Amino acid sequence: MATIEQVAPVPRLTSADTLWSWVATVDHKRIGIMYLLGALVFLVIAGAEALLMRAQLATPGGHVISPSFYNQLLTMHGTSMVFLVGTPGVIGFANYAVPLMIGARDMAFPRLNAMSLWLFIFGGLLMHFSFLAGQTPDTGWFSYAPLTAHFASPDYRVDYWILGTLIPSIGTIATALNLIVTIFLFRAPGMTIRRLPLFAWMMLITSFLIIWAFPPLTAAQAMLLVDRWLGGHFFNTMAGGLPILWQHLFWAFGHPEVYILILPAFGILSEVIPVFSRKPIFGYNFMAAATVAIAFLSYLVWGHHMFATGYSIPINASWGALSVLIAVPTGIKIFNYIATMWGGSLHFTTAMLFCIGFVGTFVFGGLSGVTLALVPIDWQVTDTYYVVGHFHFVLIGGTVFGLFAGTYYWFPKMTGRLLSERLGRWHFWLFLIGFLLTFVPMHLTGLIGMPRRIYTYPAYPGWSELNAISSIGAVFMALGALAFVWNIIRSLSHGEKAGDDPWDAYTLEWATSSPPPPDNFREPLPPIRSRRPFWDRKYPDEADWKTEHGG
Amino acid sequence: MPGVAKQACTSSPRSSRESMSQRTRIGQSYHHARRLGAILAVLLGLVPTLALAQHPGSVFDGATPQARSISDYFVLVLILAAVVFVIVEGLLVYVLLRFRARPGDGRPRPVFEKQHLEITWTVIPILLVALLFVLMLPVMGAAEDAPPDAYTVTAIGHQFWWEFRYPEQNAIAANEMHIPVGEKIRLRLQSADVIHSFWIPRLNGKLDLIPGQTNEWVLEADTPGEYMGQCAELCGVQHAWMLLRVFAQPRPEFDAWVAQQAQPAAAPTDPTAQQGAEIFRQQACGNCHTISGSHDPGGVAPNLTHVGSRTTLAAGALTNTAENMRRWIHNPQDIKPGANMPTFKLSDAELNAVVTYLEGLK
Repeated sequence: MATIEQVAPVPRLTSADTLWSWVATVDHKRIGIMYLLGALVFLVIAGAEALLMRAQLATPGGHVISPSFYNQLLTMHGTSMVFLVGTPGVIGFANYAVPLMIGARDMAFPRLNAMSLWLFIFGGLLMHFSFLAGQTPDTGWFSYAPLTAHFASPDYRVDYWILGTLIPSIGTIATALNLIVTIFLFRAPGMTIRRLPLFAWMMLITSFLIIWAFPPLTAAQAMLLVDRWLGGHFFNTMAGGLPILWQHLFWAFGHPEVYILILPAFGILSEVIPVFSRKPIFGYNFMAAATVAIAFLSYLVWGHHMFATGYSIPINASWGALSVLIAVPTGIKIFNYIATMWGGSLHFTTAMLFCIGFVGTFVFGGLSGVTLALVPIDWQVTDTYYVVGHFHFVLIGGTVFGLFAGTYYWFPKMTGRLLSERLGRWHFWLFLIGFLLTFVPMHLTGLIGMPRRIYTYPAYPGWSELNAISSIGAVFMALGALAFVWNIIRSLSHGEKAGDDPWDAYTLEWATSSPPPPDNFREPLPPIRSRRPFWDRKYPDEADWKTEHGG
Repeated sequence: MPGVAKQACTSSPRSSRESMSQRTRIGQSYHHARRLGAILAVLLGLVPTLALAQHPGSVFDGATPQARSISDYFVLVLILAAVVFVIVEGLLVYVLLRFRARPGDGRPRPVFEKQHLEITWTVIPILLVALLFVLMLPVMGAAEDAPPDAYTVTAIGHQFWWEFRYPEQNAIAANEMHIPVGEKIRLRLQSADVIHSFWIPRLNGKLDLIPGQTNEWVLEADTPGEYMGQCAELCGVQHAWMLLRVFAQPRPEFDAWVAQQAQPAAAPTDPTAQQGAEIFRQQACGNCHTISGSHDPGGVAPNLTHVGSRTTLAAGALTNTAENMRRWIHNPQDIKPGANMPTFKLSDAELNAVVTYLEGLK
């Protein structure tokens, strides 16, 4: 392939395949792939942590692991899944797909992009180095004060937690800025904001969420370091500090963070479902508006994690009212996906199966979320396995299924080869069945009194049986994940050749080769006159700009 | 609606409460909800493997007006959620079956939007959540209300045990709380170290114990009995074994209990017990554990003045028997690794004496 040094603006583009060329790359496609590989590695580690926890909890009074190690596992599992799997996973797909979808050559700031990637990798390695140092974090993924104060956590575990999350967060904020500038300034001619593919739109809104949400976490973590090592009193009660301040700052990050994790997954669904329904997305305008509504509301509801901390009825009720409202724009999205499939011609590829699994499980997770937004119900079920069930439904059924769908959809574009549909089916069904077996019972376990984060439990009626079922389900999930990893490894060398456009898809990334050349597009882009410019070029008689008014 | 809730709470209980609540339509649906809640409570009991006499029960098995108010509301919400679930999942299943790609399928007609439909499925959910919100408010009021002259107990959370103070009688207990039945008790919640959470599902929702602030909650058991729960906020390595027991007793029995708890420690008469008291003093157990009538500072560990009369040890990790007390004092780290009690190297004879002494402190 001809080199392109003569095309000045983006330096060091290369199609070389040496290790160094990958390490030194500033190419958004390679950076995206490395984000995804990193997320996959941490997914396997965090999954193993969960399996150990489920082994410990499979029977009452279990002796598989010690109480202190259990607390370390639960902390590392949650922290890794949020900061080292979910967030890098969605950023990985954003990095890969957004510049291609908008017809750009790369992100606005390629070197900043590379910095973000390496901050993620370094932060994740630092966090896991804590195992070798015997200082693994053990105060929970949200690390409440004053359990994290020096008097209660005198060693370095909390500090590993702080640094291991703070370092990747710097990169995440930088990526958000990068995405916003890229989406605003680098769209190909004809691609107005209203013609943006929905995945790009979701990433735009997510980027604003990131810029709002991460700084409070970083600030709180800096304050915690001051408390722990410099004699500060932000979060302890001497000199007027407040433990509850940590919760406000953390959840001001933590609640938008879960929307940072789910909106990109909704974006992936918004690309994949229409393609495998052979129809355009239904209700683009409401989808886009609903996304903005979700983002706006997500800033206002952080207190629903604090209903049991003692605030007054008017305050709790206000948070509750805003929290239940989020069900409305979220419901709109679900209805839009069903309406997209309605009247379509549905092809059940593995990517589509995961989208359908997402819709099916997310309805359940969303409804349990509504119950949690209702304050007195939350008083009973918060901090129990009911909540654990809820958030795994929306984070696995939502984010992880979305990431799986994105992998099966975009892997051919990234590598030029298809993932095996046969292995994909094994992956899907093993994982889905395991997921349901693990997390449906947890709602019941919480309702009969089992709190979160306990390393063992007495042989109360029902607790043993429900925990045993959950533990068996985890094994199935592990098998499904293994099928996924095997599928990737095998398909890299033996996968069926994909060609440019294996799915007969709609958006610009499919208008170039698989994998794309370093500068993304060799041939002129199709003219952009609608939301499906590639479709319009392939099927000019049924082009959207002819059949859809406006758009 | 607030009026209905308050009446239901303060009227003389049981018989008149049900007829009172049935007078309104809301009350009637709550009544049906209560029956469904009872069914759910039974279903959630599941296959019993009763290794312990007591267990927390379920959130649908309320023994107080507050817990029942919450569970009635919860059942209503679950019914509504189930209806939505069935409709949406039903539509999904229908779509998957009806619109599967078949050979010879033409290209589907593109449909970009249907504004009337989209507005409808925006407005209806808004109305539904607004309804849930409005119904929620009286339930919140019912769960929190304690009159200013209510009998007050203060609970202080420690890593990893509960301290209970009865200020009126100057009594201090640990890990097991007694309350008079049929009365609204004000529970004041404080913490000596990190955040804990007080949760007994059959009595009320949970409320946190946060250092530097005092939270207030209400308990109003209407049936005598033993109610179980545990700490519900990660508080460290032994969060799992910070169990919680509340015994609701008729007023006269409660008064007798708390008067007994206020008594100083019974002086040991048995020579072995006297020897045990001497070892207790020599080993400086009193630096952490108070036995009233002594001059020891204590306070960071459970008050042992009446430890012999408790049903459990180590915040529920062990039932209170002489043998278990031996095991605990001999090696607490074996039973509850990470608990703050150090291991004492006592000989068998010394252990015997101490256990005899402590079990005698009824």
